[in-house]
Amino acid sequence: MNESNKNLLSGKYLLSCAEACVEGAFIAGCRFLAGYPIVPALNIYHHYLKRAKDLGATYVQMEDEISALAAVLGASWTGKKSMTATAGPGFSLMMEHFGLGVMLETPCVIVNVQHIGPGPGMPTAPFQGDIMQSRWGSHGDYETIVLAPSSAQEMFNFTIKAFNFSEHYRVPVVVLSDADLADEKEEVIVPELEKIEIESRRYYDGPKEKYLPYKREADFVPLMVDTGKGYKFHVTGLTHDERGYPVMNEECQEFNVHPLVWKIRKNADKIINFTEVKTDDADVIVITYGLGYRTCLSVVEQLRAEGIRVGLLKLNAIWPFPEKRIYEIAKKVKGIVVMEMNCGQVVYEVERIAGGATNVLFTLQSINEADTTQNLISAINHALKINGVKDKIIGLNDLMSAGD
Amino acid sequence: MKFWRKPLDIDKIKIPIGEIHIIKDRCKGCGFCVEYCPKKVLEVSKEFNSKGYHPPLVRNPDACRECHLCEMLCPEFAIYITLKEEKPVSDIIDQLEMK
Amino acid sequence: METLTKIPKEIHPMENLLRMERIPHIWCPGCGIGLAVTAFAAAIDKAKIDLNKVVVVSGIGCTGRVAGYMKLDSFHTTHGRAIAFATGIKLANPELKVVVISGDGDLIAIGGNHFIHAARRNIDMVVICVNNFIYAMTGGQVAPTTPLGAYSTTSPYGCVEEPFNIPYIADSSGAVYVARWTVLDVRRLTNSISEALNKKGFSVIEAISPCAQYYSRTNRLGEGIDMLRFYHDNSEIRHGEDTKNLDIGFQTKIIVGKFVDRERPSYLEVYNKKLQEMEV
Repeated sequence: MNESNKNLLSGKYLLSCAEACVEGAFIAGCRFLAGYPIVPALNIYHHYLKRAKDLGATYVQMEDEISALAAVLGASWTGKKSMTATAGPGFSLMMEHFGLGVMLETPCVIVNVQHIGPGPGMPTAPFQGDIMQSRWGSHGDYETIVLAPSSAQEMFNFTIKAFNFSEHYRVPVVVLSDADLADEKEEVIVPELEKIEIESRRYYDGPKEKYLPYKREADFVPLMVDTGKGYKFHVTGLTHDERGYPVMNEECQEFNVHPLVWKIRKNADKIINFTEVKTDDADVIVITYGLGYRTCLSVVEQLRAEGIRVGLLKLNAIWPFPEKRIYEIAKKVKGIVVMEMNCGQVVYEVERIAGGATNVLFTLQSINEADTTQNLISAINHALKINGVKDKIIGLNDLMSAGD
Repeated sequence: MKFWRKPLDIDKIKIPIGEIHIIKDRCKGCGFCVEYCPKKVLEVSKEFNSKGYHPPLVRNPDACRECHLCEMLCPEFAIYITLKEEKPVSDIIDQLEMK
Repeated sequence: METLTKIPKEIHPMENLLRMERIPHIWCPGCGIGLAVTAFAAAIDKAKIDLNKVVVVSGIGCTGRVAGYMKLDSFHTTHGRAIAFATGIKLANPELKVVVISGDGDLIAIGGNHFIHAARRNIDMVVICVNNFIYAMTGGQVAPTTPLGAYSTTSPYGCVEEPFNIPYIADSSGAVYVARWTVLDVRRLTNSISEALNKKGFSVIEAISPCAQYYSRTNRLGEGIDMLRFYHDNSEIRHGEDTKNLDIGFQTKIIVGKFVDRERPSYLEVYNKKLQEMEV
């Protein structure tokens, strides 16, 4: 890998989100991609293959998304940083192995270039609707880390961050993109390699025969080893104890599964990330993520120019959700408007956290830009006009129960 | 074993005699070793092990030729053979039929 | 390079390849999976493979538990996807010797797609498929290898489907080494496994095994020892036989032997070669 570093990018480039994602992955150290073709994610594969020779990277196109994620998990256990890229139906297929990755505590990155669903839907149109699925998609108790970039530069930065998080917390990390974002070319500044923070996994370096695969450090993350180095460890997707052996009783379930949740929840402050624009004195705050950011930003600028005190909070890491900050905001504003490119997912989290401290309004980000802007402005104005706190989400597009 | 004449290298050949080690408490009484020993060295015993199965019993220890087949055929890793001694053929020549 | 060391007289010779703290294992009395394990352990020794470089991957099921008892780097993954997981391991670190040990339901039913594609790609790995004609771990349900007319808990009127012929699937998908032995034939099974371990490419060895509790009792076939006696009397060795003729019916003759042994470049050989030739 060291030899191929000379082929990494450095400087200013015009890249699409897909290319930025791949370049970020290479800089983070990723050298393995297993995937299955699905329309919005194809450019990631094409760019990866274009650069594979220079960077000594391996590619395999598996027979379905199920085996793609299985191969990524296997490759990760040999010490290689690995990733895959998919879209809605493929993401649904990957759910079982997402759970296996969480249970085995395997670092890997999954890029979900969301497209319209449910079902096969519309592969070529943008959509931001896998928010809940990326958190709750697999069965069982677990916590996950999900990042949502809004531009090619953020895609580059967030991909590197995703690899860092996945290696640090030993959990599969999801980076959300969408079909529109994937193909727009924008300026991306790639800093010098030495200036980029890249995290490697924490290895065990004690005596080989004493290695316990799931003995946890203070931050609930166990130390890892690579397969093929003589540790002769066993890991299983069944409920297991410290030695990695299956032990099927309730105590072991708590011993094994609860730390999977704690390692993210108790370290959430280090992962939670959001960008705030003009929120200090805002009467209404708009919460959004991903593709919606640009529309919201221009609306906020426009309304501020008219004297309306509106602010914007953009979620960079959607999960873990920034509960403390949202609650603080909810206590001091007149209303929160959540703009999403789906029928309402993050809005439920915001409503739950606001806990009745303020009104929560929902507005749909539709494909039509003019409609979106109009709906957002109406929602903000409506939020400013409402007296008293209503007890349910207020929607102005007939998607939620309509307000007064 | 029948020979039609005395083999020329009869002084050089050594017959291995195996020592049978049975880990009684691992046995689950499947009977594979008893059935397939080429020399019928083992038989099913009447005693019980701690799990309630009948482990094998060495009926005919001198007949064991250290072929390791019982060791390979035991699914529980409960029986294994080590080399006890090697006897020259002349010692057991009376068991062989020759003209 | 680590190989099996000479061990003292008081210990079973295979103990340094087994996780002794987990023995006795969960398999039933009369089950043949233990024999597949002894054959595999003896084959690793015979093939002189560096133990540090062997990785065992298995799926879910009775045979899937083999990974948990071997004292090697081992992964117990999801149902049917052991081969996909193993593909990732092999392609990311080609120096490792990857062995997939799993059951017939795991590899050919839910994992059937991964089986044929890995064979087509010729990923360098050894697949040991222990075929007991049933889904044993979950309670004896009908499997794609259950012979026509055989009883199981989900075919109480007799199986209504024709079974798969595993060597035929492997051969037609492009596997480079295909063999079938019954677990009674431990020595020949050991030889096959050790030949496959030293061969480059996708090798499949089917080990026909008794399921002493579900398949044999539901079908009134006796116990494990009775099924072994049946294999003894009814298996016929035919090396090089056309894999089309290897169907197994209910209590019919079982043809065993080494059927396919050919050379084909593996996935990584072709990938690396093409990458070198590529003009970017």
